[in-house]
Amino acid sequence: MANASGPSKFKMGVAAIYDSEEKVLHAAKSFYAQGFRKFDAISPYPIHGMEEACGIKRSMIPWVTFGAGAVGLTCGLLLTWWTSAVNWPINVGGKPYFSLPAFIPIVFELTILFAAHSSVAALFVLCGLPKKQPPVIDLDLTCHKFAIFVPEEDFGFEFQKVEALMKSTGAESIKKTEF
Amino acid sequence: MIQRKPLVLGDKSLHQVTEDIVAPVERWPSKGWVGLFLGAKTLFIFYITCIGIVVSVGMGLLGVSHPVGWGTMIITFVFWIGIGHAGTLISAILFLFRQKWRTSVARTAEAMTVFAVMTAGIFPLIHTGRPWLDFWLFPYPNQRGPLWVNFRSPLLWDVFAVSTYATVSMVFWYIGMVPDFATLRDRSKNKIRYLVYGALSLGWRGTARNWSHYEMLYLILAGLSTPLVLSVHTIVSFDFAVSGLPGWHATIFPPYFVAGAIFSGFGMVVTLMTLVRIGFPEFKNYITIDHMEVMNKIIMATGLMVGYAYGSEFFVAWYSGNPYEQYVFINRAMGPYAWAYWTMIVCNVVIPQLFWVRNFRRSIPVMFVISIFVNIGMWFERFVITVTSLHRDYLPSNWGMYNWTFFDSAILLGSFGMFLTLFLLYLRVFPAISIAEIKPVLGVGKEGAHHG
Repeated sequence: MANASGPSKFKMGVAAIYDSEEKVLHAAKSFYAQGFRKFDAISPYPIHGMEEACGIKRSMIPWVTFGAGAVGLTCGLLLTWWTSAVNWPINVGGKPYFSLPAFIPIVFELTILFAAHSSVAALFVLCGLPKKQPPVIDLDLTCHKFAIFVPEEDFGFEFQKVEALMKSTGAESIKKTEF
Repeated sequence: MIQRKPLVLGDKSLHQVTEDIVAPVERWPSKGWVGLFLGAKTLFIFYITCIGIVVSVGMGLLGVSHPVGWGTMIITFVFWIGIGHAGTLISAILFLFRQKWRTSVARTAEAMTVFAVMTAGIFPLIHTGRPWLDFWLFPYPNQRGPLWVNFRSPLLWDVFAVSTYATVSMVFWYIGMVPDFATLRDRSKNKIRYLVYGALSLGWRGTARNWSHYEMLYLILAGLSTPLVLSVHTIVSFDFAVSGLPGWHATIFPPYFVAGAIFSGFGMVVTLMTLVRIGFPEFKNYITIDHMEVMNKIIMATGLMVGYAYGSEFFVAWYSGNPYEQYVFINRAMGPYAWAYWTMIVCNVVIPQLFWVRNFRRSIPVMFVISIFVNIGMWFERFVITVTSLHRDYLPSNWGMYNWTFFDSAILLGSFGMFLTLFLLYLRVFPAISIAEIKPVLGVGKEGAHHG
């Protein structure tokens, strides 16, 4: 299901299919130990310890959340202050024009709104979503199979070496593929 | 060491888990489902018709008048929004507390949240009386000055709270489903399924890097939803508490409303889950009796909190020495609306006490009946708070009754048609249990499980 026209943004490489969580975790550790860094592990569910095994750094999404939350908070304060105290001040029940305690619910909700939706947007950017018909190594990878994909551009890529390592870590099948 | 109870029964393999959970989505609907759906849909069409009549003729068709200016619309709005809160409690708060039993019920509970909030959101929009001008609720630059909305009004806080809650819950729910849509996409046997689920899955592939970001986002959304859900019902309670009316003007309202919301929401979750278990027998291995029992314990605990709040209100009314405040509560328990008050007390405080008995907590018919009583009781709680406080306030010349009409009943009943139509469609087209979340907890409670 590779894209028919245009240069593909997907990479060529070798993929190995594994039939258990333990095997793929072990395989990921082995590839990392052999100096591979650009390989990826594919699984139907998040695997405990896989980030350490693949050497993946902590996600940067929390920073986006914090930044967007701060922007939301500022926007909420500016909105309530400018509309209620600057643009058209109205005396409501003798309260000050800028009555902060009464504005806290608005400011709070806008903080959450900005933080939540920006974090989701960050996921889309970081994971490259949405992907239109990305190449699929095996249809069972979203059900009960696991895979390691090593792109040809990875450090020290040599087909024989990669294949041997895949076999020694218990791969069920090995194939050249785009991913 | 105490052995944990397994979260999934029947020693399932990963492949069986997928097969079990997607089965309802991939087979033809059963007669039971079709029957329920046709009933719900008919009720939904009736609901749309009634709303159309109320909007075109006017609010006078409802029982609201002087002095009871808030009626079915506000009562039923609070009722539905409260039901939504249990879904967020299960999906977000119990996630933060690492309560793994929540995994099998979180998806459906959250679907309930989304549909309940959608159902609720319609009521204030109609309650305004001129729904075609509802965009006035938002602060947008306009040609009237610009004249801005009053940011000091709890009703405006509600606009912000409910719209934030609705959008964030929908996104949280959808993000949770993305990996499962990918599973459905990869299983699709025909082009339409491939295109629909392929688009919904956003091309998700489940690489370790993607899972790393995904799990972080899920944690963050859970962390943001937790204060959000508490703030929403707090603000809903402010609609009442910030006014100066005896019976409404109470500092206990925010925690009291939040406890009531969780209580009513769990009532609805138990009602729906018992039905889901009956309709889809393969789910019994995932939504086990143990999980139902835990939810029943929460119903009992929050029921006691609500009961405590009822008692506390009476104590504070007496202790305040304020004759108006005291009269409201005496009137609630012994006035013309005493029947509603005692219905509320029996349904919310007395009947859930049956859950002290272990066999009742673990009996599907018993919990189904009790959960229905909880739903009824919590609707009456909002009726009691809204109507009994308004109908007799300071001046006896200003007293009156709520003139309940056919349209009040029709709109209350019809809202269930909308909710159930959406919920039944959800059960048929989305995987009703999170496949990607249930797989990592398969080992919990099994011999030789390496972690759990």
